[in-house]
Amino acid sequence: MPLSSTIYVLAIPLFMFLFLGLVGVKMPRKITGVIGVLGMAVTTVWAYAIAFTYFFGNGEGQMLDGVRQQVVATDWTWLSFYADKLVVKLGVLIDPISAMMLVVISTVSFMVHLYSLGYMSDHDGNPEKGFQRYYADLALFTFSMLGLVVSTNIFQMFIFFEMVGVSSYLLIGFYYGQQPANHASKKAFIVTRLADLFFLIGILILSFYTKTFDFKEIMGANGHDVCNAFTSAQGLTFMGCSVTAWALTFIFIGGAGKSAMYPLHIWLPDAMEGPTPVSALIHAATMVVAGVFLVARMFPLYVLEQGAMDIICVVGAFTAFYAAAVACTQSDIKRALAFSTISQIAFMMTSLAVSSANGKLLGGHEAGLGYMASMFHLFTHAMFKALLFLCAGAIIHAVHSNENSKMHGLHKFMPITSIAFLIGCLAIAGIPPFAGFFSKDEILVACYEKGIGWGLWMSMVAGMTAFYMFRIYYLIFFWKKHEVHGEHAPKDQPWTMTVPLIVLAIISCVAGFAPFGKLVTWDGAQLETHMNWPIAGASVGIALIGIGLATMMYWKENPLPDKLATMFKGLWTASYKRFYMDELYQFITHKIIFQSISKPIAWFDRTIIDGFFNLLGNVTNSASFGIRKMQSGNVQGYVSYYIIGAVLLAAVTGVVILCF
Amino acid sequence: MDLNLIMYLIPSLIMFGCGVYGFITRKNMIAILISLELMLNSVDINFVVFNRYLFPAQQEGMFFTLFAIAIAAAETAVAIAIIINVYRAAKNVDINQITKMKF
Amino acid sequence: MESLGNVIMYVIIALTIIVFSVLAVTTKKILRSATYLLFVLLATAAIYFQMDYEFLGATQIAVYAGGIVVLFVFAIMLTHKPGEDAAPITSHKRTLGLVACGAGVLLCGAAMLGYAKFCGQSLPSMSDFTIDSLGKMLLSTDKYGYLLPFEAVSVLLLACIIGGIVIARKR
Repeated sequence: MPLSSTIYVLAIPLFMFLFLGLVGVKMPRKITGVIGVLGMAVTTVWAYAIAFTYFFGNGEGQMLDGVRQQVVATDWTWLSFYADKLVVKLGVLIDPISAMMLVVISTVSFMVHLYSLGYMSDHDGNPEKGFQRYYADLALFTFSMLGLVVSTNIFQMFIFFEMVGVSSYLLIGFYYGQQPANHASKKAFIVTRLADLFFLIGILILSFYTKTFDFKEIMGANGHDVCNAFTSAQGLTFMGCSVTAWALTFIFIGGAGKSAMYPLHIWLPDAMEGPTPVSALIHAATMVVAGVFLVARMFPLYVLEQGAMDIICVVGAFTAFYAAAVACTQSDIKRALAFSTISQIAFMMTSLAVSSANGKLLGGHEAGLGYMASMFHLFTHAMFKALLFLCAGAIIHAVHSNENSKMHGLHKFMPITSIAFLIGCLAIAGIPPFAGFFSKDEILVACYEKGIGWGLWMSMVAGMTAFYMFRIYYLIFFWKKHEVHGEHAPKDQPWTMTVPLIVLAIISCVAGFAPFGKLVTWDGAQLETHMNWPIAGASVGIALIGIGLATMMYWKENPLPDKLATMFKGLWTASYKRFYMDELYQFITHKIIFQSISKPIAWFDRTIIDGFFNLLGNVTNSASFGIRKMQSGNVQGYVSYYIIGAVLLAAVTGVVILCF
Repeated sequence: MDLNLIMYLIPSLIMFGCGVYGFITRKNMIAILISLELMLNSVDINFVVFNRYLFPAQQEGMFFTLFAIAIAAAETAVAIAIIINVYRAAKNVDINQITKMKF
Repeated sequence: MESLGNVIMYVIIALTIIVFSVLAVTTKKILRSATYLLFVLLATAAIYFQMDYEFLGATQIAVYAGGIVVLFVFAIMLTHKPGEDAAPITSHKRTLGLVACGAGVLLCGAAMLGYAKFCGQSLPSMSDFTIDSLGKMLLSTDKYGYLLPFEAVSVLLLACIIGGIVIARKR
């Protein structure tokens, strides 16, 4: 499969979006779903073929002296201004991370497409209202995400960044009849838009100094050849920092908005109002890693700006802890998973940020360990987090509630879901041989290399991860006997929903053995990875402690959790209320921004500006009203005025001529 | 005594002034049309007199007048057609009756 | 020096124009107004004759006196009862008219008198200008030819005939 055919990987979902969106309403719902799934299947196979060609073929110059090269498969000039001084291109760039992302996105998207056939139907298997719209939006999302990862330039990336945001908005608000869904979609859109504003500012600063949008022109091949304009711009300072540091920090803020980094994370838990498969696809596996991907894409520049990297590092480490702390007390399983996602993405961000700290920046293999670990974790996390969300979806579909108080003891009723969920939990907790162990271990190694403090901090968060995941698991599947409400006892869902679970569970089991160090590195060279046994052992030990604690507290019904909750009442409530972040935002937006800024501005607008124009209008109106009597319809009157006017004009002219 | 240019212009000017006065004061539309003819005629005289006194070698003023007469005839015919039509509708030819073209 | 006959002729013409113009716009009876207009038009034709424009004078008499005035008379007879007096002029209108007319006449008169010293010569002699050359000019396309306005006027007359019919016909 030639790499230039990557364009069709994008074209198929776009076509599906247009087709299902425009024609879908005329077709039976079930058929639209099947068409969507088939289209996605083709896309997935194609993406696999592309990734295989890129990683294991050598026909198109992707390997040069054992170093993997970036391949620009398609390049098309979209806009050109000022005699090619300002050029915006669209194209397809294939390099290790975009090839990997093609695989991740298409796999998860295909699983979600398939799963949604069952999930978006009632218990008799009839698809619900808006089924076509749902599949069209899923296709749009897949298209935008694929376009994002293969972008050749930062402007194209921004476009697809926005499109991803739009499709996320559409899908969160899928149940637009329900008020919470509307609020959640607006919140997600506004928060990410705010972050994207910074992204845009960053793009403008960066491209102003480098005179190009193009990744290859800025960073050179594999980041070894960062353009002179960038390095000379590093010398320019603005408010004590170099302009490039400002640009990269702003770009990171854009990524932080999409990746739900603290304090821009507030939209993600609310985004769980969307259908659960959507949460699995967008808000767990793919879109939220767009920020990580963005930083990874610009990694060669970030390496040169240690200040920006430090900011990312601190934000990432804090977010990881914060989200883990909140996840420990949530009763809504999707929200708990959402905070778990935030925490894990923060792991990736931190891992990227510590990557530059190794000293041997250019040339040394270990320099890219954090980068590789981050991408590895991105890959494995996408798989097991999608698995966990899809399991949660199956449970919610069975018991019709998000609250774990309505679940309890489901193990007997839903054994397949239970085992799949357990595999997901083991993977995220970092128990060997599941996928999460390998990637998280690499991250911890990278953190310890940055500093022992960072390492200990992240290890602690990893332990918390194990604890809260098993807390959720036990509360759903054990704790006490399930009380059956109504006629339907919960049971495993139809094959369309269980097959994706099984597939993803298998991937979660084996993905850790993928030779990532050989495939995905920041400079394309192969990275020799080896088990760091002390750190690996310690992290497994911490995970086991976390699991043990969770088992002790939540395996069987017992008063211990309640007792602890009352003992640390303030802490527990704060955590349950997500440390009052939403209230803080509410206070800032309503009390401070709306009251003291927006209201005076609104007053100024309504009174002064509107008043001025109303005055103009009124004066004109009354003046015309006053002089309209002159328009009497009496021709003789007109003639008199005309003659008097002409005489006056002639007299004035005459006087002027005579006098001068 | 010389009969010079000014001496012909003076009656023409008075004729024009009468036309203006009549146009403004008369209520009857036909009288207004008559005033109009007076003004037109005084302009014709001016054309001819200027032509004859100042540029005797050329004939532009004379031709102007010739065409002006033709056009005045046409204009009068149409105007009288309109007036008769108004009379049919309003039963008189009072200019104050047709003030519909206003605010 | 002008011949005395010419001067007398001029005085008669000027007086006729002035007196009958004033009468035409001040008389109460509309038919009289039309008649006075006829006298003014005839006096104008006399001026043309005095200027040696015989063809123009003839046209003036034929078209104005013979055509337009007759049209007026017909129109008056169609729209007025015999012997009907015009409504008295309101003082407001009279003032307005006098002001407009007076101002215009004064201004033009002042301007004219200001230029009087440039127009002192008597009637210059005209190189032979005959009906023959007039007709040739009217139908020529040369520099001093008037074929285009001539044709334009013919089209205008046609349009006026049609327009007059359309406007005046009974619906």
